[in-house]
Amino acid sequence: MLFTSLEFILFILGVFVLYYIVPKRFQWKLLLIANVFFYACAGIGGMVFMGVTIVTSYAATVCMDRLQKKADNCIQSQKGIWTKEERKAYKKQVKKRKRNILLDCLFINIGILAILKYTNFAIANINGIAAAFTGNGVLAYTDFVLPLGISFYTFQTMGYVIDVYRGKAEAERNIFKMALFVSFFPQLIQGPISRFGELKETLYKEHNFVFKNVLFGVERILWGYFKKLVIADRILVAVNTIIGQPSEYYGFYVFLGMIFYAVELYADFTGGIDITIGIAQVLGINLTENFERPYFSKSIAEYWRRWHITMGAWFRDYIYYPMSASVPVMKLSTFTRKHFGEAVGRRLPVYLVMFTVWFATGIWHGASWNFIVWGLLNCTVILISQECRPLYEKFHAKFPKLKDKCGYKCFQIIRTILLMSVLRLLDCYRNVPMTFCMFSTMFTRFNIGSVLGGGLLTLGITVYDYAVVGLGVMLLFMVSMLQRKGSVRERLYEKSVVVQYFAVLFLLVAIIIFGAYGIGYDANQFIYNQF
Amino acid sequence: MKRRTKTAAAAVLMIAFTFLVLFLFQALLVPKYMSGVREGALIQEYYRETTKHDVIFIGDCEVYENISPVTLWEEYGITSYIRGSAQQLVWQSYYLLEETLKYEKPDVVVFNVLSMKYNEPQNEAYNRMTLDGMKWSSSKAQSVKVSMTGDENFASYVFPLLRFHSRWSELTKEDFRYMFSRDTVSHNGYLMQVGTKPVTTMPKTEILDNYSFGENAWQYLEKITDICRENGIKLVLMKAPTIYPVWYEQWEKQIEEYADKNDLLYYNFLETMDEAGIDLTTDTYDAGLHLNVEGAEKLSKYFGKILVQECGLSDNRKDEALSEVWREKICAYEAEKEQKYRESEQSGNNQKG
Amino acid sequence: MDELIDILKNLHADVDYEKCTALIDDKILDSFDLITMIADIHEKFDVIIPADEIIAQNFNSAKSIYSLIERLLDDEE
Repeated sequence: MLFTSLEFILFILGVFVLYYIVPKRFQWKLLLIANVFFYACAGIGGMVFMGVTIVTSYAATVCMDRLQKKADNCIQSQKGIWTKEERKAYKKQVKKRKRNILLDCLFINIGILAILKYTNFAIANINGIAAAFTGNGVLAYTDFVLPLGISFYTFQTMGYVIDVYRGKAEAERNIFKMALFVSFFPQLIQGPISRFGELKETLYKEHNFVFKNVLFGVERILWGYFKKLVIADRILVAVNTIIGQPSEYYGFYVFLGMIFYAVELYADFTGGIDITIGIAQVLGINLTENFERPYFSKSIAEYWRRWHITMGAWFRDYIYYPMSASVPVMKLSTFTRKHFGEAVGRRLPVYLVMFTVWFATGIWHGASWNFIVWGLLNCTVILISQECRPLYEKFHAKFPKLKDKCGYKCFQIIRTILLMSVLRLLDCYRNVPMTFCMFSTMFTRFNIGSVLGGGLLTLGITVYDYAVVGLGVMLLFMVSMLQRKGSVRERLYEKSVVVQYFAVLFLLVAIIIFGAYGIGYDANQFIYNQF
Repeated sequence: MKRRTKTAAAAVLMIAFTFLVLFLFQALLVPKYMSGVREGALIQEYYRETTKHDVIFIGDCEVYENISPVTLWEEYGITSYIRGSAQQLVWQSYYLLEETLKYEKPDVVVFNVLSMKYNEPQNEAYNRMTLDGMKWSSSKAQSVKVSMTGDENFASYVFPLLRFHSRWSELTKEDFRYMFSRDTVSHNGYLMQVGTKPVTTMPKTEILDNYSFGENAWQYLEKITDICRENGIKLVLMKAPTIYPVWYEQWEKQIEEYADKNDLLYYNFLETMDEAGIDLTTDTYDAGLHLNVEGAEKLSKYFGKILVQECGLSDNRKDEALSEVWREKICAYEAEKEQKYRESEQSGNNQKG
Repeated sequence: MDELIDILKNLHADVDYEKCTALIDDKILDSFDLITMIADIHEKFDVIIPADEIIAQNFNSAKSIYSLIERLLDDEE
C-alpha cells in the first residue's frame, strides 16, 4: 500500500478507531495484526524473510541475554574465589560466545538482504567484465523481488541485536512484542530506523485517548500529505520529463532539474516521515525525528546530521565507531604512523573508515554504481572540507565578524544546498557517465533564453502548477522558520478552537483540491520505497 | 455534563461544516457540460421528466444524435425518451435500462447495436459522462464497477471531487454559474446538430482478426433481452444509418441471427436509407458519423411508422395533459432549431435556406 | 592529562578544554573529531576505546575523557 492510496488512508483510519476501542492491554497486539495485514498486502512471499529475521534475532538476543545473565551470576557466586586473571579469562570466553551468536545472526540477516538486493548488481558487473573479453554475458539475472522495507527493518533489527550484545538493551522475551518492533508498519516504507531501547518505552505501553496527541498527530499527517501530494508529486512530473529526455533537456534544464529534484525529494521524504511519525503519535507512540530543517545547514557535515538522521546515526554507531575503534584499524594506525609519518598516519585509517562507511551508505541506497559513486563523492567532499578546516579557521580569524553576518550564513546555506543538489544528479540520471555529461552541459550549452521563454511549459506542468509549488515552498519555508523558535503545533494549540479548526480545514481542503493525485497524475512511489 | 455536550456539539458542527465546504468545492469543480462537450449533461436530464414514455431508446451517439422524440410525437403521438450517452457501452445500457424500469414501464425499448463491438471498458472520460449523471442506485453501483478502467476507483464516483479536483486550474464562468442547477441541453435525450458536411469518401474497411462479438457484450445483450421479456416490453434492435464507425457484414450476421433466435425486431437503417429518404450529402453534419437535425427528423418519421405498425403504439395526442407537456417541448425544440440555423448562417456554414 | 589536552588542541585550537563540559552536546567535537581522537589516544596511551564507550557522557569534557582512559587502563591490568 502506498501512503497516498485510498486503501492506506482507510486502513489507518480503521487502525485508529480499533486502537482506542479495544481494551488497552490488547493495543500492541492489534498493532501486530495491523502489521501483518499491511505486509500481507504487499505480498505474502516477503513475509517469509521477515519471519526469518524475527526468529533468528529473537533466538540470538535471548541466547546472548541468558548467557550474560548466567555469566554475571557465575562471577557473583565466585567472588573472592576467582583471581582477577581467572575472572578476566571467563569474561573473555563469554564475550567470545556472545560474539559468535551475534555474527551468526548478522550473517544470516545481512546475507538475506545482500542476496536479494545485490545479486543482480553483482551479476551485471560480472557480465560486464566477461563481455569485455568474450562479448557476451555469462550469468542470467534473477527475478528476486525485494520484500517491502527489507533495508529498513533489517538494519533496525540488527541494531537491536548489536545493542543486546553490547548490553545496551535488554532482550525482549516475548517474541510477539519483538515481532511488533521489527515489523511496525509505519516505518516499513521509509523509516525512521528506531532503536529498541527508545521505542520500547512507548510501543508496548497502554495508551489512553489523549486528544492533544491525536490532534497533533493528525495535524502532522495532514502536513505530510500536503508536502507529498501538493508539492512533491506535482514537481516530480517536471523532474521526470527533464531526466527522461536528456537529449532534449540539457544545459539550464539540468540546473532546473537539480533544483526541482531538491524540492521534490525534500517534500516527498520529509512528508512521508511526517505521515509516519504522525501516525505513531496518534497511537501514542514516539518515533525519533529523521530531519531537522536540513536545507538550513551551513556545511555538508551539518547537512548529514540533519538529513535522514536515523540512518546516519545507525551507520555511525554500528559501523563508523566500531570500525574506527577496532583492533585492526588501531594496528593500521600505529603501522602507518610508524612508516609514513604523523600526517599520513593520522589520516589513513580515518579515510579508510570514512570511505567504507560512505561506500556502505551509497550501496544501501541502491544496487547500482551511481549510488556508490554518490556515496564516495559525499565522502570526498566531507574529507576535503575537513582538510580545509585550518584554512577556514585562518580566514575567519582574519574576518571575525563575518561568521555572524546574515549574508554570509545565507551564502553558506545556498552553497550547501547547491552542492548536495549537484551530488544528487547521480540519483536522477542513474548512470554515472551520463550524470557527468549532463552536469557539464550546464556550463557548455547555454539555453537559459529558450528555457525561460516557454521551455518551462513543456515539462508537463502548467503555469498554475508552478504557482502552487511556489506557494507551497513558501509555506514550507515559513513553517520551518517558525519551527526554529519552537513547536508550531504547540503555538497553534494555544490559539482559539476556531483558528485551529480552520488551519486543519485549510490543509485538508488544500490536499484534496491541489493534491497531484488521480487520473492524469501517476501514482508515485515514495523515493525510498525501493529500500 | 454540560461541557461534554458542548464538546460533542462543537465536534458535530465542525464535521458538518467540513462536509459542507467539501460539498461546495465539489459542486464548483465538477464539469457542467453546458457548452462544448454537452454530451455529459444528457443522462441526468431524464429525471426531470414528469410524464411517462412509450418508447425508451438506449445506446450511444447513434441514438442521441439520429432520432428526434419531438418528431415522433408530432408525427405519431409517440412519447419517447433517449437514454443515450457518448460511447455508451452495452453493460451501461443494460444498467440504465434496469434503472429506468424503476421509474416507468415503456411498451418498447430500442437498443442500437453498434456498442456490441466493445467488450471491455474503454475510456475514462466517456465513463464519467455516462455514469456521473445517474442517480445513486444499485444499478449505478453495478454499472460503475463493471465500467471502471484500470486506473479508476469506486471512491471517485462516490466523491467526484476526488476525480475533478484538478479542474481548479481550468475553472470558467460556467463552473460558477451552474454550481447548483443546470440548463437542459437535449430534447428528451436528442442532442440537436445543424449544418452540413457531406460524405465524400467511404470509410476504409480494415480486416479484423476476430469478428465475433465478445462474451461480455453478449452476456449483457442477453440481460437486456431477458429484462424486457420479464417486464413484457418489446425489444427492438437497430443500427443507425451512419457509415462511421464501420459496421461489418460479419457483425450484421451475428445480430440478425440473434434477433431471429430471440424473436426480436431488428432494423439496419443502413440498408433502408433510400426508403427513409436519407441523403448523406445533405443530412449529416460531420461527413457520415452522425445525422444533422434534418436527417434525424427523416429517420424519426420513417422509424416512427415502423414502431406504430409493428409494436401497436397508440397515438397519445388526444391526451390533454400529455399534449400540454409536449407542446412546451416542441416550442423549445423549434426555438433551438431556429437559433442554431441563425448562428450557422452567420458563420456561413449552412448552404441551405 | 596534558597529553590529552594536546590531542584535543590539535583538533580545535580555540576551545577552552579546562572549562568546557559540553564538547559533544554543543557539537564542538563532531564524529570525525572523535575517531581521529581515538586513534591519537591509542597512539599516546596505548589503549583502545571500544565502540560502545563512544557516548556523549564520556566525551563531553576533557576530564570525562581522561577518566575513561584511566578506567580502560585499569581494566587492562
